[in-house]
Amino acid sequence: MIHPIPSGTRDVLPEETREVRAITDTLRGVMERHGYGEVYTPALEYESVLQRADMAEAQPAYRVFDESGAVLALRSDMTAPIARVVATRYATSEPPLRFCYFAHCYRGVSPQRGQPRELLQAGIELIGSPAPEGTAEVLTVLCHSLDAVGLNDYRVGLGDASLYPALMSILEVREPVRAELLGALVRRDFVELQQCLDASGLSEQAAKLLLEVPQRRGGPELLTEAPAPAVEAVTGMRLVHELLEPAVAERVIFDLGLLRNIGYYTGAVFEVYDPALGAPIGGGGRYDDLLGRFGRALPAVGFALGVDRLHMALAGEERGTGAMLERPSPATEGAAR
Amino acid sequence: MNPVGELTIAVPRGALFDETVELLSQLGLDVGELRSNDRRLLFDDIGVITMRSSDVPTYVEAGAADLGVTGKDVLLEQAAQHPGEPGRDVYELLDLRYGRCVMVLASKAGPDPALEALRRLGVMRVATKYPRIAARHFEETGRQAEIVEVKGSVELAPLTGMVEAIVDLTATGTTLQENNLVVREEIAVCTARLIANPVAHKLKAARIDQLLERIRGLPAPV
Repeated sequence: MIHPIPSGTRDVLPEETREVRAITDTLRGVMERHGYGEVYTPALEYESVLQRADMAEAQPAYRVFDESGAVLALRSDMTAPIARVVATRYATSEPPLRFCYFAHCYRGVSPQRGQPRELLQAGIELIGSPAPEGTAEVLTVLCHSLDAVGLNDYRVGLGDASLYPALMSILEVREPVRAELLGALVRRDFVELQQCLDASGLSEQAAKLLLEVPQRRGGPELLTEAPAPAVEAVTGMRLVHELLEPAVAERVIFDLGLLRNIGYYTGAVFEVYDPALGAPIGGGGRYDDLLGRFGRALPAVGFALGVDRLHMALAGEERGTGAMLERPSPATEGAAR
Repeated sequence: MNPVGELTIAVPRGALFDETVELLSQLGLDVGELRSNDRRLLFDDIGVITMRSSDVPTYVEAGAADLGVTGKDVLLEQAAQHPGEPGRDVYELLDLRYGRCVMVLASKAGPDPALEALRRLGVMRVATKYPRIAARHFEETGRQAEIVEVKGSVELAPLTGMVEAIVDLTATGTTLQENNLVVREEIAVCTARLIANPVAHKLKAARIDQLLERIRGLPAPV
């Protein structure tokens, strides 16, 4: 008999499980050594609690009623549940708090796109450690974790969710243009960005900056060579960069246009790329307002890796073939323009 | 190193093919074989893969190509329909300005049968090859429409009375005219776009930006 399972879910059989387990065991070891204690939380939470986090495109997608009619939702990430744990179970603990997790999360999918409905995430949350120190610590644990599992060619794109809004404020861009520009940028649509700017009535100089700055990505020289108003906006990224050890710093690609599609990010954001995979392996960032929404206002930062994507990238690197068809070694790719 | 910096480009067969090949030729690619052999799909030597236009975002999103050329109509049709739904994860880098078409709402000449249907029946039936663009357009303009997806000649659908209107792409309007259809609304102007894989956009930043500069420096298509 063949019994189906929902698209975007799968069974993991012993051979694969052994490989995945080797990866997660290694990650767990690195995280524990850095002082991050592992937590489990329920896959099902009250929808009203999860909704305190602003998930934007990663909202919970599956809901059920419990026996009393309350709405339960399957978690779509671990950041919101850990924010709840901190507010509830660590209400008076002295920060900083460090947690790591290995947990299945659940997302809605588009048909026939190979997207997972259920994905295993491995990540950490650092609560109560502000920028830039906390950000630098999380980036360090991220790189040490990836180094430990043997991923060779990865790079970490580092941006700042507050950069473009800050730039728009400096250039006195007002609503509704602000929302339009940010929308185009989130959709990664530079053609629409240009069209919005052309129609915005902004000065030619301001429009040029707003179009060019988010397309800049490359080495640390980007942070000093940026045009004047942008230099002010990249201060946060520069402070983080100064705190990174050389082995971590050389993995970083500065990306002045990087935004992640989850609403709660407030400062630094990052994504992990590997030439063996056409999509980011994971990412993270600062969410300094999120804990406050759960009742314990603390700055926070974290990352999550897609374990299956990490596994695919490792396998791709081993085969010597990847989606990117070649393997540039770290630091061969220079600055953009 | 090929003239476009070892980047792999997905090139659409069909309406956008000739102008895309012309663009690649101006960038210094040896396009002789690409022009003459319309059965080959993979041109490793010049970093080109060919496919139908609507498949380009699929290959680029997966990273099978670093860059791709496709119509805005394809990108609009594959974009996220609702907030919360993931759209195609590709960068849209450049409007290449060729292959200009307009996505239109059209119905039979004379008194608009779609308006009458909307007034008397509360809903109009619309045939299209672009169900998502059509649904989004009616949603955004606050009208009820029943979308009928067809794969072939859309013009047939209103002529047989199956629907009151169509949403389709038109370059010159000739086909519409020949079938006694008139444009009622313009939904979007669509041209060829250069798109990029999000990981390639970061890991091959310098090469992609160099290529963009060279394309911007070319004379505009007529």
